[in-house]
Amino acid sequence: MYNFIYEKVNTIQEVEKLLSENEETKILAGGQTLIPTMKQRLASPSTLIDISGIDELNFINDNGNSVTIGSTVTHNEVSSSDIIMKKIPSLASLAEGIGDPHVRNMGTIGGSIANNDPTADYPTACLSLNAKIKTNNREINAEDFFIGLFETALEENEIVVSVEFNIPKKSSYMKFPNPASRYAMAGVYLSVFDDAVNVAVTGASENGVFKWTEMEEALSINLSLENAKNIKLSSDGVMSDIHADSAYRANLVDIMALRAVENLI
Amino acid sequence: MPTVNINVNGQDLSAEVEERQLLVHFLRDDMDLTGTHVGCDTSQCGACVVHLEGKAVKSCTMLAVQANGKNITTIEGVADGDNLHPVQEAFRDHHGLQCGFCTPGMIMAAIDIINRKPNLDEKIVREELEGNLCRCTGYQNIVKSILAAANK
Ligand SMILES: Cc1cc2nc3c(=O)[nH]c(=O)nc-3n(C[C@H](O)[C@H](O)[C@H](O)COP(=O)(O)OP(=O)(O)OC[C@H]3O[C@@H](n4cnc5c(N)ncnc54)[C@H](O)[C@@H]3O)c2cc1C
Ligand code: FES
Ligand code: FES
Repeated sequence: MYNFIYEKVNTIQEVEKLLSENEETKILAGGQTLIPTMKQRLASPSTLIDISGIDELNFINDNGNSVTIGSTVTHNEVSSSDIIMKKIPSLASLAEGIGDPHVRNMGTIGGSIANNDPTADYPTACLSLNAKIKTNNREINAEDFFIGLFETALEENEIVVSVEFNIPKKSSYMKFPNPASRYAMAGVYLSVFDDAVNVAVTGASENGVFKWTEMEEALSINLSLENAKNIKLSSDGVMSDIHADSAYRANLVDIMALRAVENLI
Repeated sequence: MPTVNINVNGQDLSAEVEERQLLVHFLRDDMDLTGTHVGCDTSQCGACVVHLEGKAVKSCTMLAVQANGKNITTIEGVADGDNLHPVQEAFRDHHGLQCGFCTPGMIMAAIDIINRKPNLDEKIVREELEGNLCRCTGYQNIVKSILAAANK
């Protein structure tokens, strides 16, 4: 790892100031993605701003029809939160399925969505639960936030402050984890609202997380296994690697969708 | 170089560290606490697990400066003098190790699991060991040791 300057800050204002001073500056949250990347010298920031001590980023709020999670809340805190377990149990179980307990004790929701790994779990929850991502200067709808592989709508000087998830009538997240890393080889987040059925998919597309509109339409007509079985994900544009080729992965997505439906009927 | 103040195994320490120094190297090279191992260095094996404020973390995936002002417990800090920690004892009684390389991380992970999960069964233990690899035992006796320690 190349050396850098380390700054631990207590306020969002300090982060903004440091980010504007130097382009080579990066935010450090849980470090569970950034530190391995720096060890491999795939990233070499000149300054790291440690945001883990900023109190105003560390909260979980119940707003009635939605819940808001501050960006430095760890995966473990989400999975063991009474509010999340009660209001959106599928989100608690998603968090509990990330990596392993040690990773979950450090890794944060803000880091996960800012990174937008095409096989990460949280981006599906954001799309499926119509999340609003609040930054230091605006609010971004999840649909406009995740742009492509490791790419988001965040500007250079922008920091994720919190994520607000709408509470669905019911929801389910099913993932087929990569046996080694636990990242999703296919993950499907299904949520049912009064006026919509949302289906978000991770681990599959070469462009990262996406909403599977054909499946949404079929399930809006009737939330049934039969309707789900009629829809198959095309393997065009689906990732292919040593773990799974695109046809196998597309099939895994179909199966995860069936399991998610099964879980809700 | 920044100065860090870290409480390691109940002792307040103050030291100068390079920003990029990983916590595991601070513990092993600077503090001579070589019980914490480096097995993979790619955040996967769990040989480097220590407790940060009582929670299991991978010390190869954390900077020493991130531990500034915090409490760290390593495998050297779990026994009570000559009396082994109940989890250490269970690993000895149930042959939960062969070469012993993974054992410090396994024991630190096991203590964390037992602290967090009140009603452990074999399935939960196996799931919770997701972040700890062992090349010798086939996990059988590790799981047995953890269940035995939990029931003590
Ligand atoms: C062994 C292992 C297994 C894993 N398995 C999974 C898995 O199964 N599923 C999964 O989804 N993930 C998995 N992860 C990734 C893990 O969830 C990370 O915690 C997460 O991707 C990044 O969060 P972090 O807090 O560690 O971020 P960091 O590593 O600190 O930062 C990641 C990136 O986000 C930026 N960033 C961080 N916080 C903010 C913010 N508030 N605003 C703007 N930018 C920010 C950083 O600058 C950096 O570029 C795994 C990681 C490991 C090491
Ligand atoms: S050395 Fe830290 S996880 Fe392997
Ligand atoms: S006992 Fe040898 S690696 Fe686990």
